[in-house]
Amino acid sequence: MSEVKYSKEHEWIKLEGDVATIGITKHATEMLGDIVFAELPEKGSSVEKDGTAGVVESTKAASDVYTPVSGEVVDTNQAIVDDPSKINQDPENSAWFFKLKIKDVSEIKSLMNKEDYDKFAKEND
Amino acid sequence: MDTKKTSLYKLHQDCNAKFVEFAGYHMPIQYSEGIVEEHKFTRNHSGIFDVSHMGQLFIYGGNELIKDLEKIFPLNLKNLKLNHSKYSFLMDKNAGIQDDLIITKISEGFLIILNAACKNDDFKILKDLLNEKYKMVLDENRSLIAIQGPKSSQILNEVFSQVKDLNFMSGNWFLFDNQKVYITRSGYTGEDGFEISIPNNFADKLTRELIDKGSKLVGLGARDTLRLEAGLCLYGHDLDKDKTPVEANLKWAISKERISKGDFIGSDIIIKQLNNGVTKIRVGIKPEGRIIAREKTKIFNQSDVHIGEITSGTFGPSVDGPVAMGYVENKFSKNNTKVFLEVRGKKYAASICSLPFYKKSYVKGAN
Repeated sequence: MSEVKYSKEHEWIKLEGDVATIGITKHATEMLGDIVFAELPEKGSSVEKDGTAGVVESTKAASDVYTPVSGEVVDTNQAIVDDPSKINQDPENSAWFFKLKIKDVSEIKSLMNKEDYDKFAKEND
Repeated sequence: MDTKKTSLYKLHQDCNAKFVEFAGYHMPIQYSEGIVEEHKFTRNHSGIFDVSHMGQLFIYGGNELIKDLEKIFPLNLKNLKLNHSKYSFLMDKNAGIQDDLIITKISEGFLIILNAACKNDDFKILKDLLNEKYKMVLDENRSLIAIQGPKSSQILNEVFSQVKDLNFMSGNWFLFDNQKVYITRSGYTGEDGFEISIPNNFADKLTRELIDKGSKLVGLGARDTLRLEAGLCLYGHDLDKDKTPVEANLKWAISKERISKGDFIGSDIIIKQLNNGVTKIRVGIKPEGRIIAREKTKIFNQSDVHIGEITSGTFGPSVDGPVAMGYVENKFSKNNTKVFLEVRGKKYAASICSLPFYKKSYVKGAN
């Protein structure tokens, strides 16, 4: 399964085997404006579904980044910490945030597909 | 009360502004290009800011008014030349800052530019202090447009010839479509620029002309990053009633002659603080790395003692890093003093530094 799923907190998640790549959506970056700071969870740490797993800041304000699933952080994207503007440029691809070895694949089931998320994002704009 | 719109509201919409409510007005926080681009465009070219929400207070009177205003403002107003401006503050009897402002001598009296959130209170305070002796108009029929950045002089001069000859912190009347427009060479971005007081019905037309000539609208978001890089205070954050001009490190704005006389509101406190020093003082703070310390962030010394708070903090696009200012205990206020900032429960290293973060490029002028 490599379908991308989306959370109500505007994260995207792509599963390959038991490793999920997570980032924030283009819609989220448009709401935030220019991102100038990113903080990621520590490699090796455990994160819980719907818990905070990072921070992004625009010139205006700080926002938490949540994880839509539980798991162990196996990798983080240092490139977006070094240059946070990459998040605005390519949020749903190269500017991923972290990779998780997930605990429970079924947690992904409750997330939205692209069509449902786009509808959700439009309604919550 | 309904949220007000400025005369440029339609133009903001046409330029895809994102609006926020600010001091009772629908104001543009940014346009489609975003805060960082708008900020850089202002530094490198020319940005237009709608600051029509700010108060334009005209007080009419002659020599007696000058004497009465000197009892209020710590300025040598009798020596202020026609069409020259000074930065000042309205203080309470404890020297607490009720507003910061720009006062300009005009032929009929004075024009005072006030912060939007304070203007109605200021009007009442000043009316009382002046015993209703003078005609005072908080003019809602005029808009205020700022144009800031190195190309602004050239652009504005295409509309108002000879505006480029104005000195910094001075102004004059010009005509636009036969309307009287008051322009001062001033601003709040750390760049050369102008502020234009124009009748509401002509503000849209003038602004569109300035855009046609190469300037661009810039929102309040970039106004905030620009002024913070320039080390300038924002009322309600860096300045308020619990802070005096001496604590705010703004003593340069207090006339020495007026201090020696000590006959203005709050002067006893000001004199005491100038003689004995203050316990807290406003400083620039440069966080190490990229961590952004926002307003209310606690500041600690190297022994982990709480010594102050951040009052403004953001990312400075021209500095390409975080910038902040705040108040610390005076004994920790020396440049390069190492401090720690508590952000989301963790402490991050920072240093006290001199302001501004970004060097000004104002034109030289007699003032």
